[in-house]
Formats: sequence, structure tokens, C-alpha cells
Amino acid sequence: MSPTPEERAAEAPSPFMKETSEGAQELAERADTAPAELAKEEGAILRLPEGLVLDPGDVDVEFGEDETMIINMGPQHPSTHGVLRIMMELEGETVLRSKPVIGYLHTGMEKTGEELFYIQGSTNVTRMDYLSPLHNELVFSLAVEELLGMEIPPRATWIRMLMCELNRISSHIMWTATNGMDLASTSMMIYGFREREMILTFFEKVTGLRMNHNYIRPGGVAADLPDGWEDDVQALIDTIPHRVDEYDELLTGQPIFRERTEGVGIIGPELATAMSATGPILRAAGVPWDLRRSMPYMYYDQLDFDVIVGTVGDTFDRYAVRLNEIRESCRLVGQILEKMPEGDYRSQDKKVTPPPRARIDESMEALIHHFKIFTRGFEVPPGEVYTAVESPRGELGCYLVANGTNKPHRMHVRGPSFVNLQSLPAMLRGGLIADAIAIISSVDPVMGEVDR
Amino acid sequence: MSEAAAPPTRPELPGVARASVRGQLVYHPRPEQYLEVVQALREASFVMCSDLCGVDYLRHPGRELPEGVSPERFEVVVQLLSFDLAERVTIRLQVAESAPACPSICHVYPGAEAMEREAFDMFGIVFTDHPDLTRILMPEDWEGHPLRKDYSPGRVPVQFKEAPGPR
Repeated sequence: MSPTPEERAAEAPSPFMKETSEGAQELAERADTAPAELAKEEGAILRLPEGLVLDPGDVDVEFGEDETMIINMGPQHPSTHGVLRIMMELEGETVLRSKPVIGYLHTGMEKTGEELFYIQGSTNVTRMDYLSPLHNELVFSLAVEELLGMEIPPRATWIRMLMCELNRISSHIMWTATNGMDLASTSMMIYGFREREMILTFFEKVTGLRMNHNYIRPGGVAADLPDGWEDDVQALIDTIPHRVDEYDELLTGQPIFRERTEGVGIIGPELATAMSATGPILRAAGVPWDLRRSMPYMYYDQLDFDVIVGTVGDTFDRYAVRLNEIRESCRLVGQILEKMPEGDYRSQDKKVTPPPRARIDESMEALIHHFKIFTRGFEVPPGEVYTAVESPRGELGCYLVANGTNKPHRMHVRGPSFVNLQSLPAMLRGGLIADAIAIISSVDPVMGEVDR
Repeated sequence: MSEAAAPPTRPELPGVARASVRGQLVYHPRPEQYLEVVQALREASFVMCSDLCGVDYLRHPGRELPEGVSPERFEVVVQLLSFDLAERVTIRLQVAESAPACPSICHVYPGAEAMEREAFDMFGIVFTDHPDLTRILMPEDWEGHPLRKDYSPGRVPVQFKEAPGPR
């Protein structure tokens, strides 16, 4: 009897395939799962002194021993915003437990960070969260400057704030667009990308690139704002609030959108805090925690803005928080526009900041500094520091260990998407599988940052 | 928050080595004190574990530590956050190279779960009593722990090297 094609395939493994296994990282059968892990996958994580707050059995579905089904979603799935893989155990259409499996985009950026000079570091971190690259550069630069004990000229800081707020707007608009697409509102996606492009065009004018700018560097920013930037920014903050009103009209009152988001994926304030969720997830749950307000960095304490909070903590609240944060950021940009001082756009410390191009032709000293900075970088005194900023997705932190050389000994980035993803099982449990799409989208994971 | 509630304070924690670095409090507990310190801070308004990461000090031995703390190869660094105080504290726990293990803080801060898995994956630090200590970023069958200093960042063999050439 000749072997069947299946048998032949099993005998000779394809030379084109190297099998990797996620093994124990995947969701296993109930019988093979330890109780603690099962409770975690069921989203019953919160333990207060009075006991388990979420009862794993309170999902309103009857199910027998062998009637459930484990399905796999992703890593190649249009609504997972990259290569996120989620395994879910279903009874009919109800999600009983779930587990995100990540790592498909892991490129070892923290290891790469140890191989790069401090001056090259921001080219690396900017590629982590590619929807808000400027915040990554900012948190890295703040950490390096903290270790150097360096003063940054006021104009550089105000430019950083301007760019970061614009980046927050573009990131939230991008989220609104993709969230609309996940909920089958294709027009929202097209409008969202249109507005995002306006901001990216401004970024291109200032930094030379639409994304991955490497604009905020230790010591200041790479270049001053171009002539006529005030008009461009003014045009942006004149246009975008009107466009946001249009989104509001398109989505907020839309019965289908409300049906699909209201009461879906609820996460309460205690649970969100315990799961270390930050950003819009935490604020939608009603915790008024925004690092810009609560632990101000740069000059946010001089500006007037509101911290948007939700009440229920469902998908709709997270949408509303983000939409209103766009408006608040527009307010902030308007204030920054008025307050922008004159002065240097980067520190004049010759050891950290390269000299202007024109000086290199006339000054030997400038040439030496230029050469030294780009071939050997600068040295940072030994120490450890943790800095955090409020990125569009939550608390973005950078833990930097310096050992006195020109490269960091350890560069760890606390990606908000990575941490926020672990509250997914708690949000998904008991919901319908169709709602899973809306919930995953409302977490706003950027896989570049999750896997780093 | 009711008005009757006592104002939030930092716990005293006698006997735990501490340092103040750039205005931020850093605790250096001994391994047996670690869970107590975490528990005490959790009860004293430090409600969120905002970050947990490992550090390998293999090639950076001469670091500054307060008196009484003996340096080890690995360190687990935990950042805790208090909403009421609007403050962070850092815990730096020394983990020996011979037995890279430390207790998990998942039952106190469930949010540390993924971060402990990442530290395990990248440094091979075993967190005892962790509900699901598996690799998180690397494939399950990966050998070694990439962020260790003695793990070479060298090349990975090309996946298609053995594949037949063009015909």
C-alpha cells in the first residue's frame, strides 16, 4: 500500500520550515491547567483581603466537561493590529477564558540598545511604538539627561512638548480610524487616516521623516522648527477639532456602534490598577491618573488641560476618553504655540551636542567635537534611573543602567501596550467572540512595543 | 476616598537597607525580606506595580550599593507607584548567579505577571510560585536567555541554509 500524502508529509519534514513551538505559552485544556493559571486565564485575578472578587464560575453559561472548544485567533488576523495571537476557550459564542500569546515581533531591541551609543539610542527606541515614536525618544532622552544631570534649554523642552502633543493627536486619530475599521465603519478609517496624514506632513517638514523621526535626542532636539511653523500648527488646531466633531457625529450617536461598544469589555478601577493597566484603560475605569497632571514632567504644570475620565470602564468609555483627549491635546498645542520662547533648541554642552555644520569648516575644535561625538559618543556617569512619560497608550517608562562608558549597560523600556495586554482575559471573559474584536481594538496594542 | 481615612504614608520598614537616588526612595531588601517589603508597600497606598525588570551586572561589578547589601550578578528592579502620594519607590533585589530565583509578587500585584515572565525569559531568573512561568517573547524551545551579558548577540543560522538551491 502506498503511503497517503499526509503520511509522506509527516515522514519528511519540509526543509523550508523550521518548526518553532509556543508549547506551554499556549492555552491548554482545562484538565491540563493548574488552578492558579486557570484563574488567570479566566480573568479572575483580583484578590482582596475578602477573597477573590471575580468568581470564575459566574460566567452566565452552562457548559459541560467536553463541550468547550479552544480556538486560535491570529497571529495573522486583520483585527489584531499586528501579530498578536489570542487563544480562547469558547462555549458556543461565549468566551470562557483566553490567553494572549506574544513574541512574534520580538527583535531584541533592548539587547540592541546595549550595543548602541547613547547618541544612537533614540534611533532604536523610536522604532518600538511606531505610532508614537516621539514619546519613545522623549523618555529615553529624559533618562539620559537625568543621568548626565543636564539642563535643557526651555525652547527645546517646549518644542518637545509641542511635538509630543501632536503625536498624541495623530496616535489617537489612528486608533479611532482602526477601531472604526474593526467595527466595520470603513469610512471612519478613511477619514482618520486623512487627518493623521496632515500631522505626519507637519512632522515630515520638521524632522524629515513621517515616522521613526530620531528628532528628540539627548541634549535637546535635532533641528529647530522650520520657518512658518506657527501657521502650520495653527492650521492643524483649527481643523482637527472640527474633524473630531465629525467623528463624534459619525460614531458616537450611531446605534450600531453603541450597541457594539457599550457594556462590552468592562474593567473596573480596582482591577485595572491591580493589572497595572495605564493610560486610557485606567482613566476609562474612572481613575484620574495622568502622569502629565499627577507627576508633571517638562512644563506640563504650566499648562491648563483636563484629565478625561470615564465611569464604566467599557469599550465605549475608552473610545470617549481617547476622542476627548484629542480635543485636550489641541488645547495644549494652542497654549504651547503662545508660550513658545526664543532661544536654543539644544543644549550648548560641546560634549553632548554636535556643533552646527557651518562651524566645522572654520573651527578645528568644532571638527574634533563633531568627530568625537559621532565616532565615540559621549560618556555617561554610572547610575540607574527610571523615567516615565504619559504616552498615548499609558505609562511609558525607561530604566537605564549606565556604567560610565558610552553605551548603556541595560536599557529597559516599559511598554504600556505590553502591560495593558495582560488585562485582556479579564475584559474578554463572559463576552461574545464578536465583541472580542472590539475589546482587543480598545486596548490599542502596538505590537512593536509589546514585543520590542 | 473618605475624609476619615488616614493620610497615606510610607511604611517604616526597619532593618531594610535604603538609599535615596535623585529624590527617589530605593529599597534594597535581602531576599528573605523581599516579600515583606512588597506587602508592606502594597498596604501603604502603593497600589500599582508599574514596572519590573531584570538587570545582569556581570560586566559592571563596581556599582554603588548601600552598606550591608552584597552585590550579586542579577538584580530584579521593581517600580511601585502610589496614586495618593503621587510617588514612586524602587525595590532592587539582588539575585545570586548560583541559584537565580526569587519569590513571585503576582499574588500581591497581579500586573507583575507578564513582566516576571519577561524577566524569566530574558535572564533566566526563576520566580517561584508564579502561576504560569513560561517564555513570553522567545519561542518555547529557545536555548539560553538573550539579555544575559554572556549571551552573544552573534548570528542566528540562516533558516533556509539547508534548503535546495534554485533549479
